[in-house]
Amino acid sequence: MKAIITVNAADTVGIIAFISAYLAQHNVNILDISQTIMQNYFVMIMLIDFEKADLPFDQLQKGLKEEGERRNVVIRVQREDIFNAMHRI
Amino acid sequence: MNLINKDDILQVIEMIESQHLDIRTITMGISLLDCIDPDVDRCCGKVYTKITALAKDLVKTGEDIEHEYGIPVVNKRISVTPISLIGGSFDEEGYLKLALTLDRAAKAVGVNFIGGYTALVQKGMTKGDRAFLASIPRALAQTERVCCSVNVGSTKAGIDMSAVKLMGEAVKETAALTAQDSGIGCAKLVVFANAVEDNPFMAGAFHGVGEAECVINVGVSGPGVVANALKTCKGKPFDEVAETIKKTAFRITRIGQLVAKEASRRLGASFGIVDLSLAPTPARGDSVAEILELMGLERCGTHGTTAALALLNDAVKKGGVMASSHVGGLSGAFIPVSEDAGMIASAESGCLQLDKLEAMTCVCSVGLDMIAVPGDTPASAISAIIADECAIGMINNKTTAVRIIPVPGAKVGDRAEFGGLLGSAPVMAVHPESAEEFISRGGRIPAPIHSLRN
Repeated sequence: MKAIITVNAADTVGIIAFISAYLAQHNVNILDISQTIMQNYFVMIMLIDFEKADLPFDQLQKGLKEEGERRNVVIRVQREDIFNAMHRI
Repeated sequence: MNLINKDDILQVIEMIESQHLDIRTITMGISLLDCIDPDVDRCCGKVYTKITALAKDLVKTGEDIEHEYGIPVVNKRISVTPISLIGGSFDEEGYLKLALTLDRAAKAVGVNFIGGYTALVQKGMTKGDRAFLASIPRALAQTERVCCSVNVGSTKAGIDMSAVKLMGEAVKETAALTAQDSGIGCAKLVVFANAVEDNPFMAGAFHGVGEAECVINVGVSGPGVVANALKTCKGKPFDEVAETIKKTAFRITRIGQLVAKEASRRLGASFGIVDLSLAPTPARGDSVAEILELMGLERCGTHGTTAALALLNDAVKKGGVMASSHVGGLSGAFIPVSEDAGMIASAESGCLQLDKLEAMTCVCSVGLDMIAVPGDTPASAISAIIADECAIGMINNKTTAVRIIPVPGAKVGDRAEFGGLLGSAPVMAVHPESAEEFISRGGRIPAPIHSLRN
C-alpha cells in the first residue's frame, strides 16, 4: 500500500531528517522525494510504501501529524489512490 | 520513477483545503420491503432492526475514508423504501410510529438525516397514501432527522392536482407546527415531479423499489473548484468556459467514484451511483451563484442567468459522466437559496426573484429549493407554486421539486435562520393575486404528448 506525504513549512532545517527518521523507525520505505519552494514556503512531497510498516496507517498519520505540530509544520499523509483517481485515466 | 506529478498532487490538496472540494454525502439505500407487517409495532421493530444492522458501520466507514484519503466526507446518511408502501395498511398514527422509528434508528447509527418518508402519488392516492399525507406535518414536527418527499407528478402520468392541493396544506401545517424554529420542518419536506430512485441528497432521497437490497450512492460537490477554474477563463469565449467546467467536473467526479467504490466494498453493499451535482454550502467560496457571476453577470438573477446556468449544468454532466461507471441521482447544479451565499446576497438585493428562480429550474438540476416566503402565504399559493414547478418537470421530462418554507410571522425582507448546512434565507415575495379557485378544482392534469415538440 502506498501513500503520499506532503509537508508545508516556513523553515527547512531538519524537516526531511526528522520525517525520514520517523519512517525508518517504523519500517516505512521511502520510494521518492521531491521538494520545492512555493511563495517562500517549503513544500516537500514524498511517496512511501507502508506495506511492511510496524504500525497501522491511522497511527502513522497521527504520529506524523503530532510530530509536525510540535515543529510548526503541516504534515499530511494520504493514500496514493486519491491522486491517481483525479489525474490518471 | 513512480512519483506522481508534483503539480497534480498540490492541485488536489489545494482543491480540498482552499476550494471546499468534498464528498457531500455517502448515502446508504436500504430496502424495507421485507419489513412489511400488518401489525404496526412488529413492523416498526423490523424496520429498526434492519436499519441499525445494515448501517451500523456507515458513519465509521465514512470517517475512515475521510482520514485515509484526506478528503472530507461531510454527511453520512440513509435512504429507505418509500414508507407509504411499507405501511400501506396503517392509519395516520401507524405512519407516525414509523416516522419515530426511523428517527430513533438514525440517531442510533449516528447519521444526520434519514430519507424515505415518502409517497409516490403522481397518478392517484391509495387509502394508505392519504393517511400518510395526513401524517406528514406531525411526523416532521416530532422527529429531528426524518426527511419527507412526495412525488405528485411525472411525464408519464401527468400531475395529481388533488395531491398538489394537499401538499400545499401540508407545507403550511408543517410550518405552523415548527413555528418556534422558523418553520424548519418544511426544510425536510420536498414535493417532486419525476422523482429519481437513487438520489443520495436530502431532503429528497428515497430508496426506489427497483433498487437492490443495500446500495451505496455518493454525492460529490465542488462549486468552489469550478469557480476557481473559471477565474482563468476571464474574457474567453463560451467554448473555453464549457471545456474548463467539463475538465473540472471530471476531476471532481473521479474522487466521487473512488470513494463510492471504496465505501461500498467496505460496507458490503452494492455500488449504486455517483451523483454529479454541484451542491453549494453557505460557506464563502462554495457558491453556484458565484460561478454564474464569474461568467460575466453582475449578479445572479439578472438577464442571462438562465443561459449561464444551462451551460454550467450541461458541462457538469458531460464532464462527470465519463469519470464514473454509474452516474445517476439528480446530477446537475443545485440552486438552494438559503444554502448559497451568492444566492442569498442576490435575493437580498432584490435582483433574484421567485419568477427568475422558476425559469432557472427549467435548466438546472432540480427546482425551487430552500425558499423562504412570508408566513401569511396561503396554502393555495404554495400549491400553485408546486403545480407550476411540476408542469416544468412534466413537460421537459426532468426532475423538478419544491422545498419552500412559509416562515411563520415573517414578512418580505426578513431573514429566516435554519442553521448549519441549511443556512439562512431572505424571505421572498410571492404574487398576492389568488390561485384559490384553480387549486380547489382537484383531479389530474393529463400526461403530455411526446411529439409535436415546440
